[in-house]
Amino acid sequence: MKRILILGGGTAGTLVANKLHQELDPDEWRITVVDRDDRHFYQPGFLFIPFGIYKGKQDVMRSRRRYMPRGVELILSEIEVIEPDKNQVRIKKNNRTLPYDYLIITTGSHTAPEETPGLAEHEWRKSIFDFYTVDGAIALSKKLRTWQGGRLVLNITEMPIKCPVAPLEFMFLADWFFHEHNLRDKVELVMVTPLDGAFTKPRAASILGNILEEKNIKLVTEFNTGEVDPDGRKLISYDERTVDYDLLISIPTIMGSEVIERSGIGDELNFVPTEKYTLKAKHFDNVFVLGDATDLPSSKAGSVAHFEGEVFLENFLRYIDGLDLLPTWDGHANCYIESGFGKGFLIDFNYDVEPLPGKYPLPGIGPFSLLQESRMNHWGKMIFRWMYWNILLKGKPMPVTAEMSMAGKWL
Amino acid sequence: MTTLADLNLDADGYLADPNDWTPEVAELFAQDLGLELTDRHWQVINYVRDEFAKNGEMPSLRRITKQSGVPTKELYKLFPKGPAGKIAKLAGMSKPKGCI
Repeated sequence: MKRILILGGGTAGTLVANKLHQELDPDEWRITVVDRDDRHFYQPGFLFIPFGIYKGKQDVMRSRRRYMPRGVELILSEIEVIEPDKNQVRIKKNNRTLPYDYLIITTGSHTAPEETPGLAEHEWRKSIFDFYTVDGAIALSKKLRTWQGGRLVLNITEMPIKCPVAPLEFMFLADWFFHEHNLRDKVELVMVTPLDGAFTKPRAASILGNILEEKNIKLVTEFNTGEVDPDGRKLISYDERTVDYDLLISIPTIMGSEVIERSGIGDELNFVPTEKYTLKAKHFDNVFVLGDATDLPSSKAGSVAHFEGEVFLENFLRYIDGLDLLPTWDGHANCYIESGFGKGFLIDFNYDVEPLPGKYPLPGIGPFSLLQESRMNHWGKMIFRWMYWNILLKGKPMPVTAEMSMAGKWL
Repeated sequence: MTTLADLNLDADGYLADPNDWTPEVAELFAQDLGLELTDRHWQVINYVRDEFAKNGEMPSLRRITKQSGVPTKELYKLFPKGPAGKIAKLAGMSKPKGCI
């Protein structure tokens, strides 16, 4: 009996457990997933909570166990340490040691507001909020229900962040939300980013470049946040520039799991060094890394975890039969971008190809429009939650290809 | 004498192929950025080149501040306003970008 151990039952871990279960002979393979709790969050839904579009946990949370196939063992426990030299993982529950033949690390990423002095202190969730956690998103929804206006500053602390388009979506939805509540003229919207623009890829910049002006969203660029002055309500950069706020929405530093750090197998942000085109861990031949846990330049997003899962499965089935891994992972990502007022954009890109205009997934037909605003794109995003729970997590075929296609894109 | 015009640059004005980099390239970009490169600048640039040789990627700003031996505050004095972009340019990497 060979053992596959999957650490983390989020998007990547759950869909890979389902896919492996579908493909491997249960008399030969035993699949085990370890996660600390039984709460699986649909993270794209967090964005909707502050604006009352989703109401709370009930709209974004389900049991992990419910999405694990029968025959896959789910252990709910903290993970103590990964010991790749011994092919084993130690967990807290009953001090067990779990040996493995193959390890799949899908431990994800999380916000680390404690990395920035002043951020998560006495003003945390009073005048400073986050929306990348369910508790933060709910706290912010309560704040926005009574907020009378002022200077709302959204700050990306440092790169890389997960779901890189979420800050833009937040600002577009905020513009819409304050319009709806007749407060827009009392609210100043300011986005503060370490990059040199809101759009840094040439085609997106040329097509969407004016959208911030149209929505009257101000932009502060190349701002690397060193600290927050919670009493003076100021962001302070490492080069000593300041930005004043009344209400701060922070995208804190994003880091990989502490277990990666405890195990000594990560980089400075606890992401695991991973082979760019195969998803195998750089330093270990029987360890693979998927989803946000990698150190790859692909986006940290559910769609990436999904496409990685497809490419990984094909490669893994070759690998266990003694064939070489193929360099088939292309960094493909696909993201809806809510733009407010019932409309949205869609972007599709990979390591080498920037977001381009066109139609998706059927070339020339759509129904979705790439890099263009449409009502259909918004509905795609709203329907996607159903697709996530019922098709994607269960490892069923989705009507899109894992590797990016140039068909339907306009050069 | 080489000038910036002789280099193969990408649409952002950064070196198109990081393998074309030489110390002279850094000097040319430095002139253009109005920077005079000191030993401390070179410590950072050489660190980034070493990391690129090892991993094929530009290290994050956090990695540079933790491992190059130049502390954060000093880094911002050496490469004022947008150190990530300036360091990338001087070390022959492409411009730091988001996904859109």
